[in-house]
Amino acid sequence: MDTHAAEAHDDHHGPAKGLMRWIRTTNHKDIGTLYLWFSLLMFLIGGVMALIIRAELFQPGLQFIDPQFFNSMTTMHALIMIFAALMPAFVGLANWMLPIMIGAPDMALPRMNNWSFWILPFAVTMLLSTLFVEGGAPAGGWTMYPPLVLQTGAAFPMLIFSIHLLGISSIMGSINIIATIMNLRAPGMSYMKMPMFVWTWFITAFLLIATMPVLAGAVTMLLTDKYFATSFFNAAGGGDPVMFQHIFWFFGHPEVYILILPAFGIVSQIIPTFARKPLFGYSSMVYATASIAFLSFIVWAHHMFTVGMPVAGELFFMVATMLIAVPTGVKVFNWVSTMWRGSMTFETPMLFAIGFVFMFTIGGFSGVMMAMTPVDFQYHDTYFIVAHFHYVLVPGAIFSVMAAVYYWLPKWTGNMYDEKLGKFHFWMSTVFVNILFFPQHFVGLAGMPRRIPDYSVQFTNFNMISTIGAFGFGLSQLLFVYIVIKAARGGAKATDQVWDGAEGLEWTLSSPPPYHSFSTQPVVK
Amino acid sequence: MNKAVQLLTGLVSAMAVTSANAGGWGINLREGVTDLSHEIYDLHMLVFWVCVIIGVLVFGVMIYSMVHHRASKGHKAATFHESTLAEILWTIAPILVLGFLTVPAAKALIKIEDSSNSDMTIKVTGYQWKWQYEYPEEGISFFSSMSDPSRKASVRDSGIDPNSVEHYLLDVDNPVVIPVGKKVRFLFTSNDVNHAWWVPDLAVKKDAIPGFINDMWANVTEPGTYRGQCAELCGKDHGFMPIVVIAKEQADYDAWVSEQLASAEETKAASEKTWDRDALMAQGEKVYASSCAACHQAGGQGIPGVFPAITGSPTVTGEIGEHLNTIMNGRTGTAMQAYAGQLNDADIAAVTTFQRNGLGNAVGDMVQPADVKALR
Repeated sequence: MDTHAAEAHDDHHGPAKGLMRWIRTTNHKDIGTLYLWFSLLMFLIGGVMALIIRAELFQPGLQFIDPQFFNSMTTMHALIMIFAALMPAFVGLANWMLPIMIGAPDMALPRMNNWSFWILPFAVTMLLSTLFVEGGAPAGGWTMYPPLVLQTGAAFPMLIFSIHLLGISSIMGSINIIATIMNLRAPGMSYMKMPMFVWTWFITAFLLIATMPVLAGAVTMLLTDKYFATSFFNAAGGGDPVMFQHIFWFFGHPEVYILILPAFGIVSQIIPTFARKPLFGYSSMVYATASIAFLSFIVWAHHMFTVGMPVAGELFFMVATMLIAVPTGVKVFNWVSTMWRGSMTFETPMLFAIGFVFMFTIGGFSGVMMAMTPVDFQYHDTYFIVAHFHYVLVPGAIFSVMAAVYYWLPKWTGNMYDEKLGKFHFWMSTVFVNILFFPQHFVGLAGMPRRIPDYSVQFTNFNMISTIGAFGFGLSQLLFVYIVIKAARGGAKATDQVWDGAEGLEWTLSSPPPYHSFSTQPVVK
Repeated sequence: MNKAVQLLTGLVSAMAVTSANAGGWGINLREGVTDLSHEIYDLHMLVFWVCVIIGVLVFGVMIYSMVHHRASKGHKAATFHESTLAEILWTIAPILVLGFLTVPAAKALIKIEDSSNSDMTIKVTGYQWKWQYEYPEEGISFFSSMSDPSRKASVRDSGIDPNSVEHYLLDVDNPVVIPVGKKVRFLFTSNDVNHAWWVPDLAVKKDAIPGFINDMWANVTEPGTYRGQCAELCGKDHGFMPIVVIAKEQADYDAWVSEQLASAEETKAASEKTWDRDALMAQGEKVYASSCAACHQAGGQGIPGVFPAITGSPTVTGEIGEHLNTIMNGRTGTAMQAYAGQLNDADIAAVTTFQRNGLGNAVGDMVQPADVKALR
C-alpha cells in the first residue's frame, strides 16, 4: 500500500528519467510522442523506397534495380507508408490531443496504450527484415492478391505475422480511443460539443475495429492456403481467388477513410482558428463524417471493376461510390464557408490546411472520374490511379499531419517553431508534390500501367518530371525534421493560447501542458 | 496551392490544343478505334469537364476569400456559422450532377457487358509472362511473348538504348490477329496468377484469373496495329508481357488463318521425326530463351531464393524421367509451370536436351520427341 502511494506520489512530479521512461510509460503524451517519432522515422524509410522507385523510373530501361526488387519496393513502400507511417501518425495525434481536447487526465486504458505502441516497432522490424531473407521482401503488391502472393519466399509468414501484429496494435488503440471518448469527457462536453478532430477519430476508431479483423482473417486464410493445404483462394482446389479481393477490399476501402477522416478533423480544427470564425455547419460535418463511414462499407468492389462482376453489381457499386462525393462535397463546402468573410492569416498550419483542401479536392475529382465504371475500365491499374490516391494521401493525409504538427507543436513543446522555415517547407512541399504527382495523371491516361519497373519510351518525359518532383519533395522533408527538432530544443516561448483565434480546452492548459493533463476537471459551458 | 491551380488551368488549356496522341507528351485518354472506346472517351471528357467546372467554382470562391478576407487587409471576421438551407442545397446539387453523370455511364456499361451475338471468339490465357491465344472455331493456338529486341534491351545494364528499339516493350513475336467490322468476343482466363489484358485503343481491360472465364468484346472499325500491356501485377516480368492486336480486312484475315493452319502442320511433322543432337541443342537454346530464361536466367544461374538454378540442379542432372516430369507437369506450390500444354513434343525434347547438356551441365544423354509423346 505504501509503495503504491509513493509511486503515485512520484508520478505527480513528472516522468521517470532515462530510457525506462519511454519503455514503461503509460502517459498519453509520452506515448503520443513515441508514436509521432516512430511515424516520422517510417515516413523517411518509406520515402527512401519511393525514391528508389522513382530513380528507376527516371528513364526507360533498367538502370539501378531488377524487376523483382522493384516489385518489393512498391509493395514495401505501400505497407510501410500506410501501416507504419500514416496510421501511427494519426494515433499519435489522437493520443496527444484527445484527452486534452475533452478535458481528461489521460487515456482511459493507459497500460494497453503502452502495449499498443510497443507492438509496432517489433511488427515493423519483422516486416523490414524481410528485405534480407532468402527470396527478398514481399513483391506481390500491398494488396497481397493470391495466387501471386503465394509465390513469396521466406518473407511470406513474416509478412502475415507482421500484419497481424499491426492489426492488434490498431485495434487496441481504437478501443482505447472509444473508451476515452465515451467515458472521460469533462462535464458539459456533450457529444455534439466535441471538437471535430475528436469526432472524426471516434468514427475512425469504429471503422478500425470493424475492418482490421477482416484483414486478419484474409491473411490467415492466405497462410493456411500456403502451408496447410487449404484451398480458400486456390481455384484448382475448388477455391476462389476473387473472394480474396472482395474480403481484402471490404477492409481496404474503410481503410482509405481511416487514413482520411482524422485528416478531415485536423483541417476542421485549423481553418476556424486562422479564419477567426467558428467552423461552418458543425453538425452537418458530423453527419457527413458518419455518412462517409457508412458508405465506405458498401463501395469496396469499385477497386475491382475489371474483375468480372455481373452488370447489376457493377451498377450498384458505381452509384454507391458516386454517393460518397455528396458528404465529401458537403465537407469541402463547409470549409470554404468557414473561410468566407473570415479574418484570415496564413501561418504554416493554415497553409498546409488550405493546401489540403485544394489538393485533396483534386484527388476527389479524379475519384469521381474513376467511379464511372465504363471509364474506369480504361483508368484501372494505370498511373492515373496512382496519381489519384497519392493526391488524397500525400497532399491530402500527409499534409494534414504536417498541418497538425505545426499547429500543436508550440503546445507540445512550449516553443514556437521557426515560422519562416515552416512556410518555406510548405511551399517547397507543395510545388514539388505537384511536379511529382500531376504528370502521373497524364502518363496514366496515355496508357502507362502501374507497378511496372520499365516503360515504353513515349512515357519518358513525364516520368522524368515526376522523378525530379519526387527528389525535391523528399529532400524538402529533411527541412521538416530540422524544424521539428529545432522547436523541440528551444525557441521563442509559446503562450497558452498560442494562436489568437484558437478555441478549445487544449488551449486553456499551459504550453507545454502539465504531465497529467487535467488534474481538476474543467467544466464546459 | 497557387501551383495546383496553375497546373489545373495548364491542363485545361493544354487539352484544348494538344492532340491526344502527341508523341512523348500524350496527356489524355486515347479515343481508340471501336464504338465503345469512342463512347468511353466521350464519357471521360464529360466527367472531366464537369469536374473542371465544379473545381473552378469552388477554388474560385476559395481564392477570392483568401485574397479579400484576410486580416492583413483589415477584414473583420463575420460570426455566421450555420445555414440549414445552404446545407440542403449543397447536398442536393451534387446529387443532381451525379445523376446526370450516372445515366449515360449506366447505359454504356450495359452495352459493354453485353457480349452476346458475337461473330467470333478468341480465348486469351495469361501465363507468367506471356499470353496464349486460341481460336476454337478455326483451330488455331499460339503463344505470344515480348519480342527479342525489347527483351535484350530491357535487361539491366544491357547497354542498349531503349529509344533505339522499335516499339520498346510493346512488341511481340506472335501478334493476335482479328478481322475488322466483326464483333469479336474475348474470353479471359489464366494458367497461374492474375493478369489483365488491356489494349487502350480497344477499350478492353479485363482480368485473367485462374478458375474463372471473363469475357469482353470489341468491334474494331479500322485496320491497324494496336498495342497494350498486362495491367495486373503478375510477378517479376509483369512489365514485360505486351499485347499486340492486328486488325485486318476480312480477306487478309482469312489468308492469315490459312497460313497459321499450314504452319501448325509443319510443327506437327517436326514432332514426328527423329532429331540429331545438334538440332536438338540449337532448337533447345531458342526454347530456353523464350520459355525458361525469364525465371532461371539466361545463363541458367536462377535467382537465389526465388527461382532455382538450372546449372548443377539435381533435377536437371538427375534421372531423365523426373526432369521431363518437372518440365511437363510443373511443380505445384511454386512458380514452375506445366509446359506440357505450352510446348510441342519437339520443343520439350529440345529444351530438356539443352538443359542437360548446356548451361554448364554435361549429362550426355538426349531426349527425342517420341519420348515426350510417350509421356503424354
